[in-house]
Amino acid sequence: MMNRQGRPTAPGEGAAGRIETVLGHRGLDHEEALIFEIGQGGRSGVDLPDVPAVESRLGGLARNDTIGLPGLSEPQVVRHYVRLSRRNYAIDMGLYPLGSCTMKHNPRLNEKLARLPGLADLHPLAPLSTVSGAIELMGTLAHWLKVLTGMPAVALSPKAGAHGELCGMMAIRAAHVAKGEGALRTRVLVPESAHGTNPATAAYCGFKVDPVPATEDGRVDLAALKAKLGPDVAAIMLTNPNTCGLFERDILEIAEAVHGVGGYFYCDGANFNAIVGRVRPGDLGVDAMHINLHKTFSTPHGGGGPGSGPVVLSDALAPFAPLPWVVETDGGYTLVEAEAGESFGRMAAFHGQMGMFVRALAYMMSHGADGLAQAASDAVLAANYIQAKLSDVMTAAFEGPCMHEALFDDRFLKDTGVTTLDFAKAMIDEGYHPMTMYFPLVVHGAMLIEPTESESRESLDAFIAVMRALATAAKAGEVERFTGAPHYAPRRRLDETAAARKPVLRWTPAVPVQAAE
Amino acid sequence: MRYLPLTGADRTAMLAAIGAPSVDDLFRDVPVSARLPGPVDLPAHLGEWEVEKAIAAMAARNRHSGDLASFLGAGAYRHHVPAAVDHLIQRSEFLTSYTPYQPEIAQGTLQYLFEFQTQVGMLTGMEVANASMYDGSTACAEAVEMARRITGRKRVVLSGNLHPHYAEVIRTLGALHETDIVQDAPRPAGGEALVPALDKATACVVVQYPDVFGNIRDLSALAAAAQANGALLVVAVTEVVSLGALVPPGAMGADIVVGEGQGLGGGLGFGGPYLGLFATRAKYVRQMPGRLCGETVDAEGRRGFVLTLSTREQHIRREKATSNICTNSGLCSLAFTIHLSLLGEAGFTKLAALNHARAVQAAQALAAVPGVSVLNPAFFNEFTLKLSREAAGVVEALVAKGILAGVPGARLWPGQADLANILLVAVTETNTTAEIEAFAAALAEVLA
Repeated sequence: MMNRQGRPTAPGEGAAGRIETVLGHRGLDHEEALIFEIGQGGRSGVDLPDVPAVESRLGGLARNDTIGLPGLSEPQVVRHYVRLSRRNYAIDMGLYPLGSCTMKHNPRLNEKLARLPGLADLHPLAPLSTVSGAIELMGTLAHWLKVLTGMPAVALSPKAGAHGELCGMMAIRAAHVAKGEGALRTRVLVPESAHGTNPATAAYCGFKVDPVPATEDGRVDLAALKAKLGPDVAAIMLTNPNTCGLFERDILEIAEAVHGVGGYFYCDGANFNAIVGRVRPGDLGVDAMHINLHKTFSTPHGGGGPGSGPVVLSDALAPFAPLPWVVETDGGYTLVEAEAGESFGRMAAFHGQMGMFVRALAYMMSHGADGLAQAASDAVLAANYIQAKLSDVMTAAFEGPCMHEALFDDRFLKDTGVTTLDFAKAMIDEGYHPMTMYFPLVVHGAMLIEPTESESRESLDAFIAVMRALATAAKAGEVERFTGAPHYAPRRRLDETAAARKPVLRWTPAVPVQAAE
Repeated sequence: MRYLPLTGADRTAMLAAIGAPSVDDLFRDVPVSARLPGPVDLPAHLGEWEVEKAIAAMAARNRHSGDLASFLGAGAYRHHVPAAVDHLIQRSEFLTSYTPYQPEIAQGTLQYLFEFQTQVGMLTGMEVANASMYDGSTACAEAVEMARRITGRKRVVLSGNLHPHYAEVIRTLGALHETDIVQDAPRPAGGEALVPALDKATACVVVQYPDVFGNIRDLSALAAAAQANGALLVVAVTEVVSLGALVPPGAMGADIVVGEGQGLGGGLGFGGPYLGLFATRAKYVRQMPGRLCGETVDAEGRRGFVLTLSTREQHIRREKATSNICTNSGLCSLAFTIHLSLLGEAGFTKLAALNHARAVQAAQALAAVPGVSVLNPAFFNEFTLKLSREAAGVVEALVAKGILAGVPGARLWPGQADLANILLVAVTETNTTAEIEAFAAALAEVLA
């Protein structure tokens, strides 16, 4: 039976030299039971007025079971979640170098503005005459996105990056269907280095995914790509800068070749933060690109969402955009919800992630055209600085400058007994969240480091010093430091195999122990 | 440039360390023709005060729900969210963390997700729930896809009383997979016969509970008929607070329950971000979309939590994944779980009872207005009025009197003349008795 209080199950199982405490707490690191284990029936942290006596109109469907929710007062609830919060790493605590995830600073002004009652307390189906400012905000955001990307149209409603991919690929599909080529265009080219969402999205849309190999220098193999082109190609899905942190040098030729066979160019905009304000995807021949507002435009990641994934579209794809959309009118904007035309449909109820629109617009206005370009420049500079400072002790995957993220492989760990995973876990002991590991798949034991523009030089230097020391220690044979890591986190390594083999996905009340007969 | 820590001196020193003459040189792989010569045609950077002023001016051009008496529902509900919720979700450790891919330093997120999954299971009466989806409508469409996968069938029956946006999302995704979608016309007064629409080719039947007009009905017979045909019953709940007062769908035989969780912890937010709830039977867990958090132990035998069963997901399975979904609605699920923890069993059931009681009072008051009839035999906190004239115009007239009267039929079913006089009215704990009386009086004036 596992100990529910989180203490080691037997003396001596803790880390060497560690004192076992009464409740399992370790100073400021508090063990915290599940909320169902600390709440008792009857209490509530919310005071509500008395319920007026009325005749029920529930039609005989009144709930008569016990739901099972615990009862807690407000101070108990606050303490529970504050204690839980302290078991998380966060960008506000330190450098968070997750490549491809873009953990940049989340300005608090954005949080404040998203909570203005005039924006937060609006019903999505309120009469349009009462929400002209909200439509104006959506229109203004759309304008910024179109100018920054050099694209003529944008669909705001997709709720996350992968949802945006789906939107873009559905627009592409609709465009082929409109030309009478729906049945013909069955294949989508996806480079091997792509995010998993790309092939998943293409397959979800009913396309056959055809992988395109990479060259030795981490880019799309143009010759191999051209050899795969044909009249059945619906699109290419390409990330640029790509997931190796490199700009696709042949991008214009790729776009031209795909267009040449009647296909469209879907660009995964996950890495738009590297080029925003300096390069416009519209100038690269892109037909559709989603923009992760939570990456490039700083809306908080929130422990895994909510995201927001507006999609910019070329003239060829714009007519197929999903409802609703914002259109400019004389001196203002209006929302079109019903006029279908050639639209492929609707991605979600209502109008998109308004709360994220407010935050992203505040970020854009704060930076301005000049600041956004500077942010991209600083992000690229910081990544190259890390690459330059670590390449003698770690092994950079590719030669030459990178964009916003530096990619290393695990050659420097050869014969050390330390894996990329071990190396990552040792970073936790040093006070850092690990970089992205084992992605992209095209590089062995990949370590993808994205510092973002939010780090000072002092912060970068401290991180570099830690990485150098760890690389040196691994080569010096200090294996236990790595394979036993993390030693100083709220938990040691967790048994993921056991979790998947016999999934326990919710709490259930303990069965009362039977008294001996 | 308050968000950018690097100074000019830093940049110079860093370029020297790299051995590059300029930052432009680092962009050398970009084709020359695609490099912008200068800033794009947008305003330059602004101070915090200037940004605040500009966006506050846009906010001021809206009339928000707190300024008016709001009776809007139809998939988004105005409930009071305790101050502690918004404070706690703004803890840096929650707000500015990523997906918990490194579980040793993400136990905070993982534990609340485990608690959230448990709560969703309890509310819906289902065995397992995932760690959330984008919103109720996308969760509903994913449920249809899941039913298609489980049954290997392509025919889908939608209730005519399913929220039209939900139906549109299902149709949009269904078009990708040649799904054969069958849907009857809306029936504002309920009484739709869905059982005859089921057959052995049916993958699932999707019903909303309470339905878009507010009607509630026992779904047990429909569940039994679905089971007899080898089809799944998908139940969509757009007002999650209703589950504090109503028999949960799981107890009536639902196979998948999806919901919009915005009503707990989330504000109206003009439609997003919202919170998709997704729950099902344990036997279908490996066919489920979205993230799942599971319990395990660490190397010292202590309980801990991890993301699990990720072999269903895109980052492992790529083109063979159950869904392309990558994110959940993390912070919204946190707000939901904190709000529900604050309410507790007693508070949540009382909140639901209060919503129902206020709605009953409102239905009585409005039914007494000449030219108005309440169509629903039974409802929770939302009901449908039939007015003596077109509802859209009535709604506009009532805005001038400080009342957001409801959602007119023309907004959700544009062009459908038979629904033009329909008004969907939602009443929550935030509506006072005085507001209800004012609504009835104003409606009487407008219809007179």
